Amino acid sequence: MTATAPTRSRAPIYEGTRIPYPIPTVLTTPPSVLATGDVMTVNFGPNHPSTHGVLRLVVDLYGEDVTGLAAVVGYLHTGFEKNMEQKTWWKAIPYAPRMDYVSYQANEYVFVGAVEKLLEIDVPPKAVWMRTLLLELNRIHSHLVWLGTSALELGAISMFWYAFRERETILDLFELVAGYRMHTRYFQVGGLADDVPRGFYPEARSFCDGMPKAIDEYETLLTRNKIWLERTEGLGLLSADDAIALGQSGPVLRASGVDWDTRKVEPYLAYHQVDFRVPVFPEGDVYARYRVHMAEMRESVRIVEQCLERLERMEGEPWIADDRKVVLPPRHELHTSMESLIHHFKIVTEGFRVPEGEVYFAIESPRGELGCYVCSDGGPKPWRVKFRAPSFVALQATATCMTDALIADMIAVVGSLDTVMGEVDR
Amino acid sequence: MSEWDALPGLVEASERHHETTLVVTLESLVDAATYLRDESDFNFLSDLTAVDYLGWGERAVSGYIGTATGRDLNNPMTQGYQAVPLPKPKRFAVNYHLLSISERPRRVRLQTWVDEGEAVPTVVRVWPTADWHEREQFDLMGIVFDGHPNLVRILLDEDWDGHPLRKDYPIGGEPVRFSGQE
Repeated sequence: MTATAPTRSRAPIYEGTRIPYPIPTVLTTPPSVLATGDVMTVNFGPNHPSTHGVLRLVVDLYGEDVTGLAAVVGYLHTGFEKNMEQKTWWKAIPYAPRMDYVSYQANEYVFVGAVEKLLEIDVPPKAVWMRTLLLELNRIHSHLVWLGTSALELGAISMFWYAFRERETILDLFELVAGYRMHTRYFQVGGLADDVPRGFYPEARSFCDGMPKAIDEYETLLTRNKIWLERTEGLGLLSADDAIALGQSGPVLRASGVDWDTRKVEPYLAYHQVDFRVPVFPEGDVYARYRVHMAEMRESVRIVEQCLERLERMEGEPWIADDRKVVLPPRHELHTSMESLIHHFKIVTEGFRVPEGEVYFAIESPRGELGCYVCSDGGPKPWRVKFRAPSFVALQATATCMTDALIADMIAVVGSLDTVMGEVDR
Repeated sequence: MSEWDALPGLVEASERHHETTLVVTLESLVDAATYLRDESDFNFLSDLTAVDYLGWGERAVSGYIGTATGRDLNNPMTQGYQAVPLPKPKRFAVNYHLLSISERPRRVRLQTWVDEGEAVPTVVRVWPTADWHEREQFDLMGIVFDGHPNLVRILLDEDWDGHPLRKDYPIGGEPVRFSGQE
């Protein structure tokens, strides 16, 4: 690998709009091409290793050129939203992380956060900082999975092993905290399910010390790699206006030159108290999305370090709100207080009640704007839960990004949109 | 007085839980959407949600944990009251969660009400991202979006019967028989 900077011969991003008309998400083969009789319609997926799950793309091919494209989703639909309506508020929490099984804590938090917004409950600082820390670790985890699999699909197998090496460390940290490597269900309405375990901070510290060096390693493998550049530069173009019109968010939006991060603009948790940068790249191609992901991982490590500094000084502080109508009473009180026992029993059997109303709560998940709409009639079960899944929206950009592209580029483009099918289909 | 007075078809503008909700009539939905996009800079449609209010408010809700003035563990009267939720104007609400990606970032909820058999005008031409969102609500909630270029089911099979997120759609799938045989 050469140490010189890559030569930038990328064409500037297109003018005007490329969103297909009349259907914004379907690329239609022009009649003149169809008339040649050489157009072949191919099903790509739903079972294909590089579709990040079960995505089906119906592709019209004219030789190697993609002339038509339609994404078909729904193969992983499991009715999460309907199921959550049947559960009490706190029993609905474990459903949320299972939608996006790569950034599960973000999903878990957005639901818990929406319920807390409706309840107007105050969360103790220790829980706020711990949540911030875990969400950022989860962001690194999600980006690592994205990096490993996207590179793997383009043939860079070694990248996968490097990325999963650090991913394993993060999963160990999650296991230390919650007992589970994935779907931790560590966030509780009002705070955390339990105190931060002893030994977590030093482990997290040693991860933070090693991570920047690991990111350097990834970058030596890819950032100036000739093959990687040729497979990603100038591909999957999306202009800033098109990205906003198509509802794109997160790394895709920031790689199109829009300086937008919910953590900065509408700070939640402790994001207004930590120092971090929002990486923005104007090129709007697959390579720019890769650069955004890499830069975000570095920033996340910085946030985790700042959270650790705070948390290490919070030994012995409460980790969950002291509100007996919503939060389970401390275990020791059950043996001495009849009132606590009754409230414990009521919360477990009947569930706590959430005031009537509706809220929409949005956070910056690793994939972009993750929103949760929650509607309550004042009872112990949600009336309606709806997730604004960034992956679902990201797939709508496939047709626009694949304008004038080749079939081999499709893998790179779909991969760069960073979708998780569990979240798309819910 | 308020900045929403000029919004076409405005029925009500309210503020709850630090969120603004703008209710508009069904006929002027597209005008209102276009106005919000062009005049108020709401260039980003975050989410589109339909809610089925069938059976809403049929049961009184009690034992709820707080009043408008807050709650106090030592004062039982602030801990709960009994209430029946206010009735809704029609069966379905369609919520458009808008975001302004601009110098002045803010959010607003555009809401319109619709009954069974009525169609909602599509906003695909206002925000292209509404394409799949509207298909999803058509699929799961059975809301018909008039003028949508490709209104077909998205998550469920084409031959699926019914719309699962409706309140009158049974959960549990097919009944399971217990025969009592060995």
